Amino acid sequence: MKRQSIFTTSNTVFCVMAVILAIVPFVSDSRTTLILLTQIFIFGILAMSYDMLLGYTGIVSFGHAMFFGIGAYTSAIMLNMYESTMAIFTISIAVGMLLSAVLSFFVGLLTLRLKSHYYAMLTLAISGLVLVVAEKWRTMTKGNDGFTFRAPEFFRDRMMFYLFALACLIVIYIIFKRFVGSPLGRVLIAVRENEQRTASLGYKTLHYKVIASVLAGVVASLAGSLYAVSLRFVNTSVMSMDITLDALLMTIIGGVGTLIGPLLGAAVIEFAQHYLSGLARDYPIFERWIIIFGIIYILAVIFFPRGIVGTLSQKLGEWKMKRKTAAVEETFQKVPPPGIADESGEWK
Amino acid sequence: METILKTSQLGIQFGGHKAVDNVTIDIPKKHFKSIIGPNGAGKTTFFNLISGELQATSGEVFFKGENISRRSPVERTRLGLGRSFQITNVFPNLTVLENVRLAVQSREKIRFHVLRHFTSYKRITEGAISILEQVMLTNKLYMPASQLSHGEKRKLEIAMLLALDTEVLLLDEPTAGMSLEEVPAILDVIRGIKRSSEKTILLIEHKMDMILDLSDSIMVLFNGRLLADGTPQEIMNNETVQNAYLGGLYDEQLTMP
Repeated sequence: MKRQSIFTTSNTVFCVMAVILAIVPFVSDSRTTLILLTQIFIFGILAMSYDMLLGYTGIVSFGHAMFFGIGAYTSAIMLNMYESTMAIFTISIAVGMLLSAVLSFFVGLLTLRLKSHYYAMLTLAISGLVLVVAEKWRTMTKGNDGFTFRAPEFFRDRMMFYLFALACLIVIYIIFKRFVGSPLGRVLIAVRENEQRTASLGYKTLHYKVIASVLAGVVASLAGSLYAVSLRFVNTSVMSMDITLDALLMTIIGGVGTLIGPLLGAAVIEFAQHYLSGLARDYPIFERWIIIFGIIYILAVIFFPRGIVGTLSQKLGEWKMKRKTAAVEETFQKVPPPGIADESGEWK
Repeated sequence: METILKTSQLGIQFGGHKAVDNVTIDIPKKHFKSIIGPNGAGKTTFFNLISGELQATSGEVFFKGENISRRSPVERTRLGLGRSFQITNVFPNLTVLENVRLAVQSREKIRFHVLRHFTSYKRITEGAISILEQVMLTNKLYMPASQLSHGEKRKLEIAMLLALDTEVLLLDEPTAGMSLEEVPAILDVIRGIKRSSEKTILLIEHKMDMILDLSDSIMVLFNGRLLADGTPQEIMNNETVQNAYLGGLYDEQLTMP
C-alpha cells in the first residue's frame, strides 16, 4: 500500500490557499471582507467539528450549539470580569474547552448508547436545557439581552484577529486531518458505516463515539470563544438552534465526511447570507432571504446529498473508473473468459 | 480432547416461541462441527446466542470453562469467538482492503492510537493483504465493498473473520445465496483453514452433501431442539434426521387432508 506523502496535491492546494488567505489583509483594506472572512473561519471551525460527528462517526446531534455557546460565554464572562488581556483570553479558551469536554463526556456517556434518532432528540433536549440556564442565570449572563465587553487590546486591530482566527483554523484542520487518518479515526469511519459490525470486530463502539463527541465539543467551544470576541458581544443567540442548523447546513452543503467540505460550506453560506441580505435594499424579496436559503437547502439535499466536495469527488471517481473499465473491457474482448454467457444466452 | 466451547441447556424464548430450546453441546478443540436443519430451525439464533448478539433466556455458554453468558459481543470477540454473518455484513463504502485492515487492527489491539497515520502501520496492511490472498481477493483491494459480487462479499466476510484470528470461528452459511460456480472456491477456503490451522470451526450449512466430508461431527437442529449429534455417517443413517431434515415430516404434513 502506498504511504501517503506529505506533498500530495490536496495538501499543496491547501497550503497555497492558506498563504493567499494570510496575505489578503495586507492587500485588501476592505473591513467588510476581513470581517466576513473571519466569520467564515470561525464557522468553518464549528462546521468541521460538527462534521466530526455527522460525517465521520455518523452521529446526528442537534445540540452542538451548546458547546459553541459555552465557549462564547466563558470567554465573554472572563474578559468582562477580569482584565481584557490576551492571557485571560487564552485561559478562557482553555476553560471553555474544559467545560465542554466535561459536559460532552457525560452527555455522551449517558446518551450515545441510544440509537441515532433518539440520541438526536436527547441532544436537542439537553441543549434546550443549557439555553434555559443561560437565559435565567441573569447575574452571570445578563439573560436574553446579553452584554458587551472589551476585546483584548491585541485584537482591536481587525487584522490581528483575522490572522489569529486563520491560525486557529489551520491548526484545527491539521489536527483533524491527523486524527481521521489515524487508526482511531478509521474505527470512527467504521462505526459510521456499520456500528454493529464494528462491535463484532471487537471494538467498543461507545468509547469511540464518546471520543468523537468530546473532540467535537471542545473544538466547537473554541469556535464559540472566537465568535464572542469577534462580536465583542454575547447573548443567548449563541446557544440557539440556529447555530446548530448553520453548522448542519454548512456540513451538508459542503460535503459530509470530508474536512474541506465544511470549510467550503461555511464560505458558501456566509457569503450567501452576506450578499443576499445586502440585495434586500434593491429587491425587498431578499429581506426574506432565509426562504431562498430554505429552497437552496432542499434542492441541495435532493440533488447533491453528498455536498459540493462529495459530488465532485464522486464524479472524479466515476470518471477514473470508466477509464479503467474501458481498458479492462478492451483486454476482455480479445480473450472471452470461460463461463460467460454467449449471445444465445446459454452457458458455455 | 479438551473442550473449548460448551453450551448447557441453552435456550431463548421470543414471547411464546422457543427459538432455541435446551441445547447442550460440547465442542472439543480443533473440532469441525457443522450445524444443519431446515429453515427456521434456530441455527442462526443459536449462533447469536453463542456470539452474544442475543442474550439467552435460559442456560449457559462456556468458553474454555468460563461462563460467558452475560458477556457482550465485543468481549466475546476479544476472548476468541469470531463470527461471520449469514446476511452479508461488511462496511459497504470502505475498500476491501480497509474492511480487512480494520479487523487486523482490532486483532493487534490498536484501538486508540492517534499520533501516526494509519498507513504507517505497515504490518497491519501487510497482514490484511496476506489474508485477502488466502481468500483470493487481492485483485479487488481498492474497490468499495459495495461493488463486489455476492460471492466476493462472502469471501470478504470470511477474510474479516480470519483477520481477527480467533480460536473459534462461527461461520453462518458462508455459501448462502451463492451461484453454484462460486461455491467450490469458498469450500476451498474453508478446507484451507481447516487443514492449516489450530482453529475450532462451527459451520451452519444448508447443503448437506457439501459438508459431509469436511465435518468431524454434525448436529441437527429441528424446531429449536437438538435432534441429533454425531459423526457424518451416523447422521446420514439416522432415521429421525432423514424424516425431519430430508423432508419426511414436511411431506406428511403437506399431504394431510
